[in-house]
Amino acid sequence: MSSNPYSPHTDADRAAMLAAIGVHSVDDLLTAIPPEARGAGMGVPAGMTEAEVTLHLTAIAAQNTAAGAGPFFLGGPVQRRYIPAAVPSLALRGEFLTAYTPYQPEVSQGTLQAIWEFQSLVCELFALDVANASMYEGGTALAEAAFMAVRATGRKKVVVASETFYQFKDTLRTYAQGPDLEIIEVPTAELAANADGAACLIVQHPDAAGGLVDVRPIADAAHAAGALCVQVTEPHACAVLEPPGALGADIAIAEGQPLGIPMSFGGPYLGILACAAPLVRQMPGRIVGRTQDARGVRGFVNTLQTREQHIRREKATSNICTNEAIAAITAAVYLGLLGPQGLRAAASRGALQAHALAERLARIAGCSVAFERPFLDRFALRTPPGDLLDALLADGIVVGLGLRDDPELADTFILQCTELTTDDDIEALALSLGRALAGRREPVRA
Amino acid sequence: MRTQVVPDVGAKTESPALEPLLFELHREGRSGRHIRDAATDVVPVAFARKVPLGLPELSELQVVRHFTHLSQLNYAVDTGFYPLGSCTMKYNPKVNDRAAFLPGFADLHPQQPDETIQGALRLMVELQEMLAGITGMDSVTLQPAAGAHAEFTAILMFKAYHHARGDRKRRRVIVPDSAHGTNPASAAMCGFDVTTVRSDERGNIDIKALEDTLGDDVVGLMLTNPNTLGLFEERVREVCAAVHKVGGLVYGDGANMNALMGVARPGDLGLDCVHINLHKTFSTPHGAGGPGAGPLCVRAPLEPYLPSPRVKRNADGSFARSLDHPQSVGRVRSFLGSFGVLVRAYTYMRSLGEEGLTEASRDAILAANYLLSRVRSKYEVAYDRTCMHEFVLSAAKQKKQGASALDIAKALIDEGFHPPTVYFPLIVAESMMIEPTETEPKETLDAFADALLRIAERIEKEPEKVREAPLRAPLRRLDEVGAARKPVLRYRR
Repeated sequence: MSSNPYSPHTDADRAAMLAAIGVHSVDDLLTAIPPEARGAGMGVPAGMTEAEVTLHLTAIAAQNTAAGAGPFFLGGPVQRRYIPAAVPSLALRGEFLTAYTPYQPEVSQGTLQAIWEFQSLVCELFALDVANASMYEGGTALAEAAFMAVRATGRKKVVVASETFYQFKDTLRTYAQGPDLEIIEVPTAELAANADGAACLIVQHPDAAGGLVDVRPIADAAHAAGALCVQVTEPHACAVLEPPGALGADIAIAEGQPLGIPMSFGGPYLGILACAAPLVRQMPGRIVGRTQDARGVRGFVNTLQTREQHIRREKATSNICTNEAIAAITAAVYLGLLGPQGLRAAASRGALQAHALAERLARIAGCSVAFERPFLDRFALRTPPGDLLDALLADGIVVGLGLRDDPELADTFILQCTELTTDDDIEALALSLGRALAGRREPVRA
Repeated sequence: MRTQVVPDVGAKTESPALEPLLFELHREGRSGRHIRDAATDVVPVAFARKVPLGLPELSELQVVRHFTHLSQLNYAVDTGFYPLGSCTMKYNPKVNDRAAFLPGFADLHPQQPDETIQGALRLMVELQEMLAGITGMDSVTLQPAAGAHAEFTAILMFKAYHHARGDRKRRRVIVPDSAHGTNPASAAMCGFDVTTVRSDERGNIDIKALEDTLGDDVVGLMLTNPNTLGLFEERVREVCAAVHKVGGLVYGDGANMNALMGVARPGDLGLDCVHINLHKTFSTPHGAGGPGAGPLCVRAPLEPYLPSPRVKRNADGSFARSLDHPQSVGRVRSFLGSFGVLVRAYTYMRSLGEEGLTEASRDAILAANYLLSRVRSKYEVAYDRTCMHEFVLSAAKQKKQGASALDIAKALIDEGFHPPTVYFPLIVAESMMIEPTETEPKETLDAFADALLRIAERIEKEPEKVREAPLRAPLRRLDEVGAARKPVLRYRR
């Protein structure tokens, strides 16, 4: 009898295996372990049947409020978007999901071709030459991009725009403690003036508050100073905005979660990293290349592996080994299903709704869009000061908080729209906000 | 795995191919209807995309067939035995996947207010508590996305720990010659030099060589135990004590934790921290290369330096994120962790419980030793000791007879198996690292052993035939040199 529900071993099997080894019990195989360190309890509760564990997990999940439960305007690097039914049913097939890194290409062509297609789709979207097979998520992709720039230029100063997602900046600062990089943070408008001696200028477009940024002069300033331009961007935005490669960016990174991957409370996600051809040997992580087999049939393999840790060890471009391959395959399925038209529709639908929302909310006394610059599908809303968040939450409406690192936008909400934002959602937010503001005036009169 | 010819779908491929590319299936004007077009254009002209968007246009059925065909070209745990050493390719229970996709988990934004994510935070706190108990450590971060990410996190924490004590002279991280490549790479990313220490004749870290190189410039040691030879470090306590004596810290690479659940806790062996690969030991699917998750478990002295934000249980029984950790190294990723992976691992732990987890490790050790006993007559054993959950053979004898470890790997493909890890660890010539895991029935182990023995016999008689393998896979051997010499890394029209 097994305590492990997934064990195939009968007592007779175990006895036969022990006999073949020539020992009496598994304990006889553990003699290398110091006896005083053996067999301590772990404090894990007793096991459950599949039915029991399903009830237990369902009960825990029920203690959360899913984003789809009400109007939802929280966004930023992670976005609630429509996931076509075919995406999980294809990408999560057991043949993809339960394979590992394609070390044996003859029996891994499914993974390898799907990843090569992912690389190609990202290159088309970003108008760049090379994309790798994935990083962990957006923040670490940015840190790795900065490391690439440091290696390519031999400089240790990295200049990042304040209007970058703060989670990405935090991750960059953490990583920078490793090789002792100098991280300088300045407003986007001052990036160009800080290019001297920099390894790279990091600009986000659209920025953390959704604003559109003129990237070209920043890229030009970087190049004039011998620095690289790293653009943080978003995959859907690139369907309707001029892409990084056309704006002069040498490296582009993005959080790939919006490409058909569930929000799943923080991960697993998809770090997208793409660059111009001359930087390919500085790239971290796996890259799939096209080749042929001994009969001349097209095939795909992991390539340029002399950059990687399993070959180069301490001289590798990165320590990354396990990546987010299934998320990359998911993104390839998503992009294949939506096509150029579907991706543009999703991007422009979100933009349309964001502008409708801005117009509607601006009609509420005391509310206004917090900045002048054009935006795409998210913006900062300035409201009269006070704690409106709880009032909205009481109505089942979730909005984003203002920008942590921008005092100008501290007392604002960041409101994200996508193709899932309905006209009813917009009206519900407007009514709830109006009520909350009106309600707050009540006690003053009373 | 599919080896038959794909029906001709009329796609023009640039050369003979198993499956056309998405791009080769494209026809202008073809599209699905997943999302309603926005009638008006809201992007200012100055910012609008002018570069053509060359994504393929396809019908949904074309996409479904394409990725179904591709999936059929893969070998996976769901399709067969996958004894890839050091990767713990055990069965990935389906109930774990279903739990991760419950709307209350999958449809949660990471920035939602605490009161709307109590279940998620509770699951994370309970997972942290279980991992601490399993490893014998005090505190846990769930942020790292993979083992290598945890290594980087830990070495950054070591740096912060030493600096907080005013100790800035430490520059070297010690790594055994049997270590995974990620270990030295992680140390280098933290700005440190790497000193490699050799293994002794029993496959342990050479303690004399270690002591010779230890000094007050040592940040710490990165130790995999059981090591990549599948052997338990017999003098692990002495090793840890020696490093501690010079003020260094010991990092545990937990890649091989599948041997240790309920068997021995790294914290009781003297290590200062250990990472756990949830995608190995705790059964979450490897996803064709990822995601994984690499929680890092640490002893109390390292706790102040753990990544922030953290997840905690409040005195009133509720759960919260906490940011007030002034000595923290900071965020190592944007959000709290690869939550979908954490849900799967949690489900697995609760399914097996204390007894089931212990049995899993003991069965993994039993299976490896059994398989070793079945094949040792024909293959050299690198270090001939009782192994833990995996073992390393050398095909040096077969290489002399005319077929290498790579040839044996390809011959195994023709036998219907995924090959073991080959050419790692680097210290064993023609190495083949075999990890059967606890979820393969004895019949499968026997069939695999028979295949290995059969291949060894074929090599004795006709090695040139073995060098032609694989003949029964979707493709013959691929030109990897050509791929690297003239890289073609994306489709171009």
